[in-house]
Amino acid sequence: MDLGTHAGFILASYAFTALVMGALVLNAVRDRRAQTRALRSFDALRGSGALRGSGEERR
Amino acid sequence: MSSAPISLWTRLSNPSHFMRWSGALVPWLAGLSALALGIGLYLAWFVAPPDYQQGETVRIMFIHVPAAWLGVFFYGAMSLSAVGTLVWRHPLADVAQRAAAPIGAAFTLICLVTGSLWGKPMWGTYWVWDARLTSMLLLFLIYCGIVALWRTMEDPNRAARAVAILTLVGAINLPIIKFSVNWWSTLHQPASILRMGGPTIDPSMLYPLLVMILAATIGGTTLHLYAMRTEVMRRRVRTLTIREAERLDAGRVAVTAPASNAAALPLGQAL
Repeated sequence: MDLGTHAGFILASYAFTALVMGALVLNAVRDRRAQTRALRSFDALRGSGALRGSGEERR
Repeated sequence: MSSAPISLWTRLSNPSHFMRWSGALVPWLAGLSALALGIGLYLAWFVAPPDYQQGETVRIMFIHVPAAWLGVFFYGAMSLSAVGTLVWRHPLADVAQRAAAPIGAAFTLICLVTGSLWGKPMWGTYWVWDARLTSMLLLFLIYCGIVALWRTMEDPNRAARAVAILTLVGAINLPIIKFSVNWWSTLHQPASILRMGGPTIDPSMLYPLLVMILAATIGGTTLHLYAMRTEVMRRRVRTLTIREAERLDAGRVAVTAPASNAAALPLGQAL
């Protein structure tokens, strides 16, 4: 596909969007893992049932 | 109004119920958004024709417009949540607001950068201080202010009220963004989808654009629900940490009484 003389602007737009969306998703996953780890450590410490209802019990 | 919808809403917005139904829904929504995005990108790149004036550059529209829509959409959702926080003090309203802010900021940033990259070849400049561009920049700065305010206050209850007030004050920017192209003379084109008399975009570009808007909306909603679930977990961690610190403080480390059920703890409530 020939994007013409403005190809750089078009590709840069899509690349930037992919970068920001990728960062958003990765940050969300990283944050979830951190919270799950913290709840799991509470669970191991006291058997508090901290993970109950979070959907992370069996992972 | 019938009490049935109210009771359903109350049940769905109960944090324990929310964790249950959202956990089942998120994977389906993620799959649906990936499918819609695939179809949308195919239509935007291989079906929609180049514009007779802008040529291939019009393909930037297929990410710029959905990003602009979601930047405004998430702020609208945050404003409704702010009312829920201030009027009903609903813990999930605050959770929803906090989870939405970074997502809304990200979409607003995408809108600003892609708009700038579209403006250079079409207008001859990356940026002009006209009403639409400036009001969108202001929206991004408000998002940043809200995220920063949350990080400065340790107590979630105090932060929730302060952020809710700031959010509602900032909501005055939403109609300014929408009508800026009508109220002032701007370089930005006037409304071309949501306008009296119907859209002015040719159907060959309108339908791919609508599919991309739908894909972005489902994707944004998926991310929001996912972030809300993480936020509920974060508050549970905070409550348990404070409880554990109090226990250690009282010198009762080897307490034999069973720990209380964390799932029943109120969200975001400092002990």
